[in-house]
Amino acid sequence: MVVALYKGIFKRDMSIAFQQKAELMQPLMFLLMVVTLFPLGVSPSPDTLQRIGPGVIWIAAILSSLMAMERMFRDDFQDGAMEQYVLSGLPLPAISIVKVAGHWLVSFVPLLLLSPLLAVFLHLTIDMYIALMLTLLLGTPLLSLVGAIAVGLTVGLQKGGLLLALLLIPVFIPLLIFATSAVDSAALQLPYHPQLAIIAAMLLLAAASAPFAIAYSLKVSQN
Amino acid sequence: MSVLDAVALTCIKRDRTLFEGLSFSANAGELVYLRGPNGAGKTSLLRILTGLSAPCGGDVFFNQKNIKTAPSEFNAQLLYLGHKSGINGALSALDNLSFWMAQHGVNQPFETLLSVLATLGLVGLEDVPVRFLSAGQQRRVALSRLWLKKAQVWILDEPFTALDVGGIALLESAFKAHVSHGGIVIATSHQALSSHAGSHRTFDLEYQW
Repeated sequence: MVVALYKGIFKRDMSIAFQQKAELMQPLMFLLMVVTLFPLGVSPSPDTLQRIGPGVIWIAAILSSLMAMERMFRDDFQDGAMEQYVLSGLPLPAISIVKVAGHWLVSFVPLLLLSPLLAVFLHLTIDMYIALMLTLLLGTPLLSLVGAIAVGLTVGLQKGGLLLALLLIPVFIPLLIFATSAVDSAALQLPYHPQLAIIAAMLLLAAASAPFAIAYSLKVSQN
Repeated sequence: MSVLDAVALTCIKRDRTLFEGLSFSANAGELVYLRGPNGAGKTSLLRILTGLSAPCGGDVFFNQKNIKTAPSEFNAQLLYLGHKSGINGALSALDNLSFWMAQHGVNQPFETLLSVLATLGLVGLEDVPVRFLSAGQQRRVALSRLWLKKAQVWILDEPFTALDVGGIALLESAFKAHVSHGGIVIATSHQALSSHAGSHRTFDLEYQW
């Protein structure tokens, strides 16, 4: 089963992703531009940027992830590949988790790689950058997992794009609060383990329950 | 003995009853040809038979086992091709089919895959991203699954769409061969089957107001 999932779903998603490089680059460019707007629009002074920096990066990451989120199931749903997944005999929760992992790899890992550049843009200190990186490492899989549930629910609708944003942004608020608070603590040289632990707890909860919710939402969308 | 049984199926879509208390069975070695006007519920019926959608009432049995409670056995013996072909335009025919084979646990050597594509007249187009092929050629890529997976039950929704005369004859003779080996074909189409397809049973679905 694991081999079938790897060869049939994961490799397929990776090949499709590398065929559509432009679509992958767009959210990343969007993120970069939004972050660049802040020094221009708010103030280029290091103090201000350092204060708003973590929030800016996280908000930009959430917004840009919303653009790429729909990719996760949209094509499969429209071309009928989803019907073939459902009938393949592979468990749908396992398929969901492989799809989410593939999505995280192609949309968030480039963001993580880009984050040092963003940190320099916004004058973050090394301590703040390490904290930011840790929150991104724990938080972005959570974005993918929770986002996938909403994508599964809205994929059957025409023009679900904006609805997806309206559904997801409120859900991401707790993550945003704890992530930026962790980086703020790091800026003040305070320990930020509690915030990280809460994000990790949210991630574990999502990892345990989201695959089943995603599978159910995909099944409902087939009806 | 019947292999696929549908008992008292009811389907209601947007407050309109498409069919109510519909029972239907297919025996091994039977080609069932589903007919009916647009909107009569042919696609809905086929999707219920595959287990993709849940009926409002009634059950579907494969070898006397409910497909809702024991789907794995049925899925292994089922090949469904819907309106949407399940082919990704960015991938080549070979990639599309080999990923699909991995998902469905179909073990066929690479040579078989090439020869099936050759049977369907796709020589030289194996590596081209499918979106560059014509509609009929894309249909042929989707239909090659019939030659690859050894499934007893074929459920096909409008399989002849976009196919040329040669393609239709090829598909009809595939039906005939499959049925003669004890397979079941359930297909919808608006055009009549020719003599290539062999004997078949028609099942008419009325449009209900």
